[in-house]
Amino acid sequence: MLRLDDEAEAMRRGALGPARQWAIEHQLRVGAYLGAPDLVQVSQAHIMADTESLGAAGVAWLERFAAMPERERRVRVPTITDPRGTDFTAAKRLKQQDYMVALERRTVAAFEALGILMTDTCVNYQTIMPPIRGEHVAYGDTGVVIYCNSVLGARSNFEGGPSALAAALTGRTPRYGYHLDERRGGSLLIEVSMTPRRLHEWGALGGVVGRLAGDYWRVPVLTGLDRVPGSDELKHFGAAMASFGSVAMFHIEGVTPEADSLAGLFRGGAPAPVRVGAAEVGALLASYADAAGAADGVDVVVFSAPQLSLMEMQTLAGLLDGRRVTVPLLAVTSPQVKPDADRMGLSARIEAAGGTVLSGMCFYQSYARELGEANGWKRLVTNSAKLTNIIGGYGYRPMLLSMEACVDAACTGRLA
Amino acid sequence: MSGVQEFAASAAMGEKVRGLAVVASDGFSARYDLDRIAGIFSRPEHKLAGRSYVGLILVLDRPKGGVATAWMLHEMAARGVVPAALVFNTVNPIMVQGAALAGTTMMSGFAVDITKAVPDGALVELDPTATPPVLRLVPEASSPDVGPGA
Repeated sequence: MLRLDDEAEAMRRGALGPARQWAIEHQLRVGAYLGAPDLVQVSQAHIMADTESLGAAGVAWLERFAAMPERERRVRVPTITDPRGTDFTAAKRLKQQDYMVALERRTVAAFEALGILMTDTCVNYQTIMPPIRGEHVAYGDTGVVIYCNSVLGARSNFEGGPSALAAALTGRTPRYGYHLDERRGGSLLIEVSMTPRRLHEWGALGGVVGRLAGDYWRVPVLTGLDRVPGSDELKHFGAAMASFGSVAMFHIEGVTPEADSLAGLFRGGAPAPVRVGAAEVGALLASYADAAGAADGVDVVVFSAPQLSLMEMQTLAGLLDGRRVTVPLLAVTSPQVKPDADRMGLSARIEAAGGTVLSGMCFYQSYARELGEANGWKRLVTNSAKLTNIIGGYGYRPMLLSMEACVDAACTGRLA
Repeated sequence: MSGVQEFAASAAMGEKVRGLAVVASDGFSARYDLDRIAGIFSRPEHKLAGRSYVGLILVLDRPKGGVATAWMLHEMAARGVVPAALVFNTVNPIMVQGAALAGTTMMSGFAVDITKAVPDGALVELDPTATPPVLRLVPEASSPDVGPGA
């Protein structure tokens, strides 16, 4: 049994209402399974809750909380949301069905009743309020968690929607995993002999390392990079590692904040390194080409997962200037970046080429199977390694290419 | 219950369940791997591709990335298109959180590779309430049904 302070114990007894009582009981079940001794205070929560995942049952479950008295239902720490399952302004163009949009609207209403800020983004660490080193948070997107643990030095486990909501309601989360110093050291040493140049290569490297780690509780440590990566590069790298390997934290020697030295990361001495280079990254890229088959036609080109930064939007706009797409090209960004992209003319340049700029959603979180069936999309091209890893289960045949090659494919309708 | 093989687990939750095991040395994510409408494994590369998971005890190596399973188990349970229980060598927090919300029986942490110890199609009984929690391989002609996976 986890130790509870007086206030948490009052929540458990139901003195602060049934919402907080459910939340504490949920945390006790999860914490007991994972060996947490107590709860730790968190400063922010981030909730993944697209309605394909929630389903009608999950939406109705949220609405029960929304119907409670205000003082019982309001979240206790700033709480934000992961992408929604649609861009409401584009649902018809995407051929999403009315029931999907209706579920999304009900979910937004329920979350707003709880006092949750509808940020609808998976790149909050680039746009909303990046956490500080040592800050305990309850984040609910694997890409967000791995970036904030690794690059920013914050402390979070993967908090799925129900647990992120529980943390929002109690202001606490079970203290296990990456809240603990002893879990944050290295457990796998990777010696890299190639430093990726383009975002899809960073994603592919993340995928290779993720597969090698293959376990939530392992922390890869990388050495050998020839320069300090940028935020978008580590965004793709971490998101892919989390997706391919369920990994929640990595270190890069001399780069990430808790990786001053290998000796500090491996208290019992560094293990023999696993060497990863161009051959391994190339093999991962080639595996999608093989799986996609011999046909070279393309049905849809998607830039998403994670949502695009302003700089990615700028690069994409530049690649599309003076060109015209012949197959759908979707560029998915956050509601925070979209107004800037509009104001600076980037969205207009992408759309002048025939592309579609979407915000507040993510491709794979937006009823991807039904999107594919309604639009006849099967052969999907992207520069997101995370998306290629996920989307096969939805009936797509994905290809992982550079942003430049993706744009070429969108304009010609074929692979080069 | 002579002749019953038992495997102790380090952690478990949920109710006692008996059912047929679907076993693979592979990972698991409800989003990545399942067609949740049809109730089958849909990812072509998955070792259980094309097979049903409904009402069966899934015995797999470990969870994959992604957080959606934390909601999806609840959604699947509401429609009755859900596994009877989940058994893993190791878990991640998402699977624990999802099982906690959905009320799904789950067990993990064995002294052996549980995907090699349990034959595919075997009749299995999970007792999360035992100390330690235990997975039993039950001879087909054994005792009456218990739990929702029966």
